[in-house]
Amino acid sequence: MAVMVLYYVITALFTVILVRNFIKTRDVQKGILYLAVLMPFVLRLFRLK
Amino acid sequence: MRLNKEWTIKGIAMAVTGIILVLAGIAFAQHRNFKEEVVLGPGVTAVRTLGDYFTPLKGGPNDANVFILDSGEPGGTMLVLGASHPEEPATSLTAHLLVENARVEQGKLIVVIHSNPSASTVTRPGDAYPRFFHIESDWGIKKFRMGDRWANPLDSWPDPETYVHFPSGQLLAYMDVRNLNRTWPGRANGSLAEQTCYAFMRLIEAEGVDLVIDLHEAELEYPIIGTIVAHQRALRIAAMASMTLTAEEFRIGMEISPLALHGLSHREIGDHSNAPAFLAETPQPFLDRVRGITDESLLLTGKDEFVMKAGERGLLYWPIDEDGWPIDVRVGRHCSTILSIAEFWTMFNRSKPLVVTGVPRYADVVAEGVGRFFADPRGASAQVVLE
Repeated sequence: MAVMVLYYVITALFTVILVRNFIKTRDVQKGILYLAVLMPFVLRLFRLK
Repeated sequence: MRLNKEWTIKGIAMAVTGIILVLAGIAFAQHRNFKEEVVLGPGVTAVRTLGDYFTPLKGGPNDANVFILDSGEPGGTMLVLGASHPEEPATSLTAHLLVENARVEQGKLIVVIHSNPSASTVTRPGDAYPRFFHIESDWGIKKFRMGDRWANPLDSWPDPETYVHFPSGQLLAYMDVRNLNRTWPGRANGSLAEQTCYAFMRLIEAEGVDLVIDLHEAELEYPIIGTIVAHQRALRIAAMASMTLTAEEFRIGMEISPLALHGLSHREIGDHSNAPAFLAETPQPFLDRVRGITDESLLLTGKDEFVMKAGERGLLYWPIDEDGWPIDVRVGRHCSTILSIAEFWTMFNRSKPLVVTGVPRYADVVAEGVGRFFADPRGASAQVVLE
């Protein structure tokens, strides 16, 4: 159970990093890539998938 | 100007991402939260849950319903496990049919429709499984949820690098720590699947279970198919059931549970309890890797031109033709296999008879369709349990 909680913390950390990178990047292609990568992290954080 | 253009595109991408997330999220949530309606049949005397036998499971994702059909007459006790792998729907349908139809004249029958409920709330990533399937009945259409082979990662996460089976120490594939048929006999402080198996072992002890039947389906590319796999203490019954069914109803083989292959129900239940275990397999082309479109039609009809082509090339362990392997045939096979095992149990254990009536045999299910045997949950006298 404790390991599962840690994995959710790691997921949240990656989500924050991806959002931050999306905001900071000036390269639109990279921005779209960040959003694509972000989706499974969001679905897991909201316990949907 | 450049900044505006950049954020316009980013804004559109964010909107598209948001829409995808919402639509996908709704679809996933609908599947995860859907409940099947089970009408309690005339033989059901009690409904418990797995948490009654192992309290840490109480109220959790695998607190499965346990349907007790007790004749009140002394005799043997048989446990039937449906949907150890929920991507094998003939197993849960057969268990469902037992709950709604079976009458027990002597002994006790215990049925679990979804043995690993968590695995029934997710489908296999990347395989485009349908979320639901529908069975036509006399009174309308009954909806069921399709599942996966492994418990939902939302309930059991992360997987280990390598799954070390308890207590044998055998190394198994990492994801099989969520596979109910690789985690027997389970342990109290293990993964969700291990705890679920541990709870089933406590149920077997508490209810004095004499024999266990674990229902499965298999792809035609897999050698263990169309057969009964039996623990060494169950060989006489399995052999008689196999021979009789083959002579009178349909071809079915018999295999001895390998001694050194751990975690499987037919090995571990027999080794760690007084109950010999059987595992029954039916053919399910939906699971074959060479299949075509993976949709509800394939799930229900078992017809697939690519699997047929593989058969023509001699790549399969079980025959298939243009008739496929319809769900009625698969459920019918399981019904007759269960009845036959109960009959031969009684023949070899006269002091512990197990007499089950009201369950259709293979020919009945094939002729009338499995839907014919499901009761209307909206009926005035229907007692409904959500599964």
